[in-house]
Amino acid sequence: MPGKLKVKIVAGRHLPVMDRASDLTDAFVEVKFGNTTFKTDVCLKSLNPQWNSEWFKFEVDDEDLQDEPLQITVLDHDTYSANDAIGKVYIDIDPLLYSEAATVISGWFPIYDTIHGIRGEINVVVKVDLFNDLNRFRQSSCGVKFFCTTSIPKCYRAVIIHGFVEELVVNEDPEYQWIDRIRTPRASNEARQRLISLMSGELQRKIGLKVLEMRGNAVVGYLQCFDLEGESGLVVRAIGTACTLDKLSSPAAFLPACNSPSKEMKESPLVHPPSHGCRSTHNSPIHTATGSRLTQNFSVSVPTLIYTGMGSGSAGKEGGPFKALLRQQTQSALEQREFPFFTLTAFPPGFLVHVGGVVSARSVKLLDRIHNPDEPETRDAWWAEIRQEIKSHAKALGCHAVVGYSESTSICEEVCILSASGTAAVLNPRFLQDGTVEGCLEQRLEENLPAGCGFCHIPYDELNMPFPAHLTHCYNCRKQKVPDVLFTTIDLPVDATVIGKGCLIQARLCRLKKKAQAEANATAISNLLPFMEYEVHTQLMNKLKLKGMNALFGLRIQISVGENMLMGLASATGVYLAALPTPGGIQIAGKTPNDGSYEQHISHMQKKINDTIAKNKELYEINPPEMSEEIIGSPIPEPRQRSRLLRSQSESSDEVAELDLSHGKKDAFVLEIDDTDAMEDVHSLLTDVPPPSGFYSCNTEIMPGINNWTSEIQMFTSVRVIRLSSLNLTNQALNKNFNDLCENLLKSLYFKLRSMIPCCLCHVNFTVSLPEDELIQVTVTAVAITFDKNQALQTAKTHAEKSLQRASTDNEELLQFPLELCSDSLPSHPFPPTKEHLESASSNSGIPAAQRATSVDYSSFADRCSSWIELIKLKAQTIRRGSIKTTVTVEKASPVGEGNFRNRSSPPCANSTVGVVKMTPLSFIPGAKITKYLGIINMFFIRETTSLREEGGVSGFLHAFIAEVFAMVRAHVAALGGNAVVSYIMKQCVFMENPNKNQAQCLINVSGDAVVFVRESELEVASTQQPTANCQPACAGGEVTT
Amino acid sequence: MTSELDIFVGNTTLIDEDVYRLWLDGYSVSDAVALRVRSGILEQTGATAAVLQSDTMDHYRTFHMLERLLHAPPKLLHQLIFQIPPSRQALLIERYYAFDEAFVREVLGKKLSKGTKKDLDDISTKTGITLKSCRRQFDNFKRVFKVVEEMRGSLVDNIQQHFLLSDRLARDYAAIVFFANNRFETGKKKLQYLSFGDFAFCAELMIQNWTLGAVGEAPTDPDSQVDDMDMDLDKEFLQDLKELKVLVADKDLLDLHKSLVCTALRGKLGVFSEMEANFKNLSRGLVNVAAKLTHTKDVRDLFVDLVEKFIEPCRSDHWPLNDVRLFLNQYSASVHSLDGFRFACSGCVT
Repeated sequence: MPGKLKVKIVAGRHLPVMDRASDLTDAFVEVKFGNTTFKTDVCLKSLNPQWNSEWFKFEVDDEDLQDEPLQITVLDHDTYSANDAIGKVYIDIDPLLYSEAATVISGWFPIYDTIHGIRGEINVVVKVDLFNDLNRFRQSSCGVKFFCTTSIPKCYRAVIIHGFVEELVVNEDPEYQWIDRIRTPRASNEARQRLISLMSGELQRKIGLKVLEMRGNAVVGYLQCFDLEGESGLVVRAIGTACTLDKLSSPAAFLPACNSPSKEMKESPLVHPPSHGCRSTHNSPIHTATGSRLTQNFSVSVPTLIYTGMGSGSAGKEGGPFKALLRQQTQSALEQREFPFFTLTAFPPGFLVHVGGVVSARSVKLLDRIHNPDEPETRDAWWAEIRQEIKSHAKALGCHAVVGYSESTSICEEVCILSASGTAAVLNPRFLQDGTVEGCLEQRLEENLPAGCGFCHIPYDELNMPFPAHLTHCYNCRKQKVPDVLFTTIDLPVDATVIGKGCLIQARLCRLKKKAQAEANATAISNLLPFMEYEVHTQLMNKLKLKGMNALFGLRIQISVGENMLMGLASATGVYLAALPTPGGIQIAGKTPNDGSYEQHISHMQKKINDTIAKNKELYEINPPEMSEEIIGSPIPEPRQRSRLLRSQSESSDEVAELDLSHGKKDAFVLEIDDTDAMEDVHSLLTDVPPPSGFYSCNTEIMPGINNWTSEIQMFTSVRVIRLSSLNLTNQALNKNFNDLCENLLKSLYFKLRSMIPCCLCHVNFTVSLPEDELIQVTVTAVAITFDKNQALQTAKTHAEKSLQRASTDNEELLQFPLELCSDSLPSHPFPPTKEHLESASSNSGIPAAQRATSVDYSSFADRCSSWIELIKLKAQTIRRGSIKTTVTVEKASPVGEGNFRNRSSPPCANSTVGVVKMTPLSFIPGAKITKYLGIINMFFIRETTSLREEGGVSGFLHAFIAEVFAMVRAHVAALGGNAVVSYIMKQCVFMENPNKNQAQCLINVSGDAVVFVRESELEVASTQQPTANCQPACAGGEVTT
Repeated sequence: MTSELDIFVGNTTLIDEDVYRLWLDGYSVSDAVALRVRSGILEQTGATAAVLQSDTMDHYRTFHMLERLLHAPPKLLHQLIFQIPPSRQALLIERYYAFDEAFVREVLGKKLSKGTKKDLDDISTKTGITLKSCRRQFDNFKRVFKVVEEMRGSLVDNIQQHFLLSDRLARDYAAIVFFANNRFETGKKKLQYLSFGDFAFCAELMIQNWTLGAVGEAPTDPDSQVDDMDMDLDKEFLQDLKELKVLVADKDLLDLHKSLVCTALRGKLGVFSEMEANFKNLSRGLVNVAAKLTHTKDVRDLFVDLVEKFIEPCRSDHWPLNDVRLFLNQYSASVHSLDGFRFACSGCVT
């Protein structure tokens, strides 16, 4: 499917002065794609040149279209010497290759130079004409849509979720090639930027091919990462979840009654090609085969944090056989797959059946300096190994799938830690593959899935479980067993019943390590890892208890390796799940009970802890309804709560495989203070300060317990680097430094964003790295979202009502869902649509308890009321805004004397030409509806300076660079016709400095989805005329909760 | 543990108005932090001094990066690096170009040259405004002057178009540019009691009535519309002012003029007798000031002369303000009924 790429260079503005003599510039532009280059005329002596070029046409393969970026270079013409480069613009034309994304890229792009930063802007128009091609063995995968969003994108619905796709490509790093010794830093940076751009394109194309093989048409939760392995090369790898998506036809599709899902959105031939032969994954032209030899298998796979209830007994009666059946079914669907992994963190309703717990695996590898062209697939093998391990961990938990799956690396010199983690889960096979689902099973499944607590129920066959743990009956449905604590890497399911609000919980840890070389170093790291995992996990547990909560969502544990230390940083959002038992307190036990003063000290500490727990419960509004023991059921035979480190078979050492965290006493969590270290731990527990009032924070998409977001959002990135004093570094001092660093950073954020109160920091994403011996770098990206306080209080009081609201939301979603299902034309679908419709409706509202069913009406009524209030408020606002506008014009008009005010540019700044582009790490924009996905944004930048002091030192340098990166992302989105980036993530921010040489260099990699959104208020105004307007407020209310 | 690097970058650039003011006032980061601590912000927010320090540094860095753009405000509107809502952009520009009354009085009418810039530290000590802030204000004056100096058309419009200032501020700048261009002396001790507002008022009237761009009022022929319409005084008009000498030189005309004014004002003026007694002196003073304006040196001394020759005599006789106004109006009105005189001087001094 070849295509024609057309490019037009329109104009430039704000160009830098290149000719000191005239204070002007003679600019021209080179447009390069592949090996073809075009040039514009030279626009003499202007800082705002108008080229208005002809259309430059490139006739190219679609393979190239996918791989190559369009490269636009702005130069200053010089008659006598070489032309000076002003800067470049790389444009990824991938978004133009989908059938329904952007059709044209047109707009002002910042002209970027790796040494000088942004130098003016250039206006470019890019178009692509694609010709259809019936070649079965094509190498391209045009038309496969990519999304960074880790849930089903808002204006699509999932027909089938196929599963895991992964790929990696390897190349030499230009920075380490011999030629780098003789070329300028600029040339070297540009070579690197171009190469990575090329590799990402290739990677995306290859993943696309795999998706087409699976008969999917999209990749959701696409995560692409770079491993800068130094001399051993550059790895670009990506994972994602292949899906078949259908676009919901109307932009206002969230109003279920207004528009039924349409059937006509069938896959176009473009996105659903005939099946074709498998391709080897390592035959790219740029692949130079630099895989390293694996010297030794340092495979340490550490923890499976298992918090599942594993008792034997009573729950099995009806659940047991059913579960077995279900498992069989799921198994058949999943077992065809090598890795039943899903990078999604939020799922369509009904997809997630049970959640087992967090599974993770790490492996320490040595990067070999010797290029070994015979073993190009080393890195593939490494990852395959880790994934296999994850899979077996999940199996051990009785789960067949892993959701919320992610992979990461940390590299220091030649040592590399590969990590993977996810949440073991049991999934509803309905979505996984066509045709394999049996009707009766489905029916039973629906009946047995109470909303709001189903996912908490233990997922495995109780009789078979090797892990004794504290189990209780579910506090919600009283039928199934639940564990006492649940850790997951996914977002809180929409239908989960949560009491109170959630909060960000972090565990931070440093461990010193001796400097060593090669294998000795790798061994040392491998030996440290299990202890770190254990301690991080203990810290998380303690902090969770201290908050009075019982579940963690969005858990992300990052272990970074440096020259002389290891750092662990775990972030998660703690919540109180109504289905799980009330967490016990923390009890402190001293080792030497005879010492009076010591005991006093202990009891003092105990009191402090109890106070903190009580305070936290109040702060996060955790007040679960009292329940008597009898209702809950008999205590479980073995009332011991255990945490276990599950080790893989490949682990050779015989360390203690089981670490008992509790001391028998039911519900209480005992901390033993037997040495100063433990004392320190307890202290550090108490030093975490809660955010100031009006602030909440979480690292998940939305804050549990807040569902009335207003539209103001502020995305930000904050970076801090501290230098440790190299003298007498101890683990304790390190821990304290690291802890202070993170706490201070958070405090700073709260202070800076104080004008947004009440607000919530969502998707708080911490990354820690150790760029040098004594340096710790922490990077935070998050978004602050304001919310309506009054309504928040109201909802907090009536949490039960809220859950009912949720139920009604589900209702609406389900209304839509079965209809969609019938439209996906699965040949063997057993149900007539109406039947399923009824079932799901009944399963949703009827199941949990009678009390719930009766009050549904009330809740939807309340819902409607609040939405009406919202609507009225919005209207009032627009009216007020309008009136302000008019008064302004009156003011303007009245005092005008003479002709002095002829062309007064009305309040000077009001007519800004730059459109606002919102950026958010979330998959949605509060108060707005995403109407179109324009394509993935995946950009890589290098910035270097040799005049660090002049640019304001390291802070000035990085501040300017990050601002520039934001600007370039915004410009690309705007050129695609979008007004926001969702699921934005800064995947890498590698900063290196050499203050002595006055130099610094930084690499940043960002990605996200470019979208078009429409404010809900505008939608409402537009749709009030429609006859179906009645249904709308309720729907809008539902939207808020999702 | 020392912080090597500490930054915060928002997708929408955060602007703290208080910190912006401190920055504009030329305080160093540490002074600004101290001032913020004193404002009680720590108690209000529960923040620590370290947080405040980091926050202040961040803002200063942002402002420093923005300053380049503020030098050409239209650039701020079109740039892509900082996403700032329009209302905030307007605020940034307006505050950046705002100036201190005390400072402007020191440099008003002075040549905006390097020489004056060197005197800024004296001005700084005298007014208590930080040198940094003085420099910014001086550079603003100079920048605006340079940009509009060679431009045709209305001064206020030009300033507004190129600096996106509010109407009020643009008029002030027009006055500053006008004074700097004509180098009116405003620093003499005698003139110290006059505020910038007084001068700005005069400047506006002079731009409207005395310059080449002032259409209709001045007796100029329309094809003499060269550049600097609003900046330079109309030479022909000044030449014509010489003709006014007749008012004091011709005894009959003087008496006639006096009688006309006296008849009209009888009973309306509290200081009628003083006026009657002094009419000849006052009239001579005014006319002499007007007639001398063909010399650049005398143009510069316009305000000094007006104060010496007219205002001080009035003041020594304790004329109320209203009486002065009535007298001047009548004074110029009566001339018209004399011999077809046209008189456009508006002695507009408080």
